[in-house]
Amino acid sequence: MREMFPLVAKDALVRRNGRVLVGPIDLQLEGKGTTIVIGPNGAGKTTLLKMLHGIMRMNGGSLDWGCAREEAQRRQAFVFQSPVMMRRSVVDNIAYPLQLAGTARKDARAQAADWAARISLGDALDRPATRLSGGERQKLALARALIRKPDVLFLDEPCASLDGRATREIEDILKQAAAEGTRLIMSTHNMGQAQRLADEVLFVLHGRIHEFSPAAAFFAGPQTSQAQAFLNGDIVE
Amino acid sequence: MSDLLEGMVQAFWLLVTLDSDLVEITLRSLQVTLTALIIASVIALPMAALLSVRRFRMRRATIAVLNALMGLPPVVVGLIVYVFLSRSGPFGVFGLLFTPTAMIIAQVIIIVPLIASIAHQSLRELWSDYHDLLISMNATQVQRIQALLWDGRRALLTAALAGFGRAIGEVGAIMVVGGNIDHATRVLTTAIALETGKGDFAMALGLGFVLIALAIAVNLAIHWLGHTEREGRW
Ligand SMILES: Nc1ncnc2c1ncn2[C@@H]1O[C@H](COP(=O)(O)OP(=O)(O)OP(=O)(O)O)[C@@H](O)[C@H]1O
Ligand SMILES: [Mg+2]
Repeated sequence: MREMFPLVAKDALVRRNGRVLVGPIDLQLEGKGTTIVIGPNGAGKTTLLKMLHGIMRMNGGSLDWGCAREEAQRRQAFVFQSPVMMRRSVVDNIAYPLQLAGTARKDARAQAADWAARISLGDALDRPATRLSGGERQKLALARALIRKPDVLFLDEPCASLDGRATREIEDILKQAAAEGTRLIMSTHNMGQAQRLADEVLFVLHGRIHEFSPAAAFFAGPQTSQAQAFLNGDIVE
Repeated sequence: MSDLLEGMVQAFWLLVTLDSDLVEITLRSLQVTLTALIIASVIALPMAALLSVRRFRMRRATIAVLNALMGLPPVVVGLIVYVFLSRSGPFGVFGLLFTPTAMIIAQVIIIVPLIASIAHQSLRELWSDYHDLLISMNATQVQRIQALLWDGRRALLTAALAGFGRAIGEVGAIMVVGGNIDHATRVLTTAIALETGKGDFAMALGLGFVLIALAIAVNLAIHWLGHTEREGRW
């Protein structure tokens, strides 16, 4: 297996309806650690993550993984800001990515049941996923993304509607995944969580990468006044 | 008025005594229509899924044609099938005209656009839900279609039932290509037309009741399916 990293974006740009949503962006991500993406609402975090994941068509520039594009695609997963529940049971939802990859249904469902237990949905296996609460959906989406053991996992505000306890559960799962070598790239509005998980911080503003630095340095004192204002909870100009 | 009343009483008797003509005609109707429904579904449902997941150049045009075909007068479909199957037509050698097979062909042509169009409407919605997820997971084109067909199966069943309702009650095309031959191609609708013309209200009404019962059953099923879908059970 070839190394996936570095991931290099050059002049990467996403434009929709004549408006630039993200870019142009120059970025190089290395294979170690957890990257936390922060920035105000509408800054372009979701767009940036989707672009890096390859599901948002670029209108300019280039994006290159360390390995072939198809292989990179196969080895990553994405947890969406608003989780998509397939119209099937909880266990079938979690098992689905394995089945896509050719795992037999029985085996896939057994692994999915294990994952459901880890996210405390163990007694909801046969319930329709569309009936889950917002927080339960987010947990399901995380299990579904991790079940194929991706090397890279993008997460778009995975704890947005979770209570404190569930947030800690998720963070523990993420820390364990990171310890096992999964590269996490995650956006969040929870600065406490950002500090707990981040090795490096990407501060996004108006569709551009405004600051990209090691977590310790960033939280000790950002280089730009906008990032400082954002951390203080002030309005960012 | 008394004619009608008497006819209804007799029709009722035909029903409860399971009159052999009535049963034969009903069974033939079901056989023709269910066969047509299965064939039409096998064509229309994957087509609807393909139209939902694939962006090809002629997609919009295809959908427009489909919707236009839905409004095609059945008699005209019958006429066209007649021309193709008649002895001098391109498929004349098969001798299919005035057989149940000819009726099945006509019904398939009539309900494929209907089923495909209704199915496409709901699958398109489902696909806009699933789009990002399935692309993110690298599902192949075939896997995407499979997911839509499986997770959308309730809506698809509703589409199929609508097709059944249309086919079982259709008379124009069936009459033209089937010929309403006794013990061969006579079905509920054509028999009703004939018996009414002859003034045999008892038989016509008896057949009519069967048809109405089938229509009500189908509509109840559609209603119930729509209900469970909204409830999120499946
Ligand atoms: N498909 C699209 N077409 C047009 N505009 C879009 C599209 N997707 C996003 N946008 C716009 O791009 C901008 C950035 O959106 P994005 O979702 O990336 O922000 P975000 O940083 O994730 O915000 P939030 O913190 O609220 O999730 C927004 O103004 C949004 O309206
Ligand atoms: Mg977002």
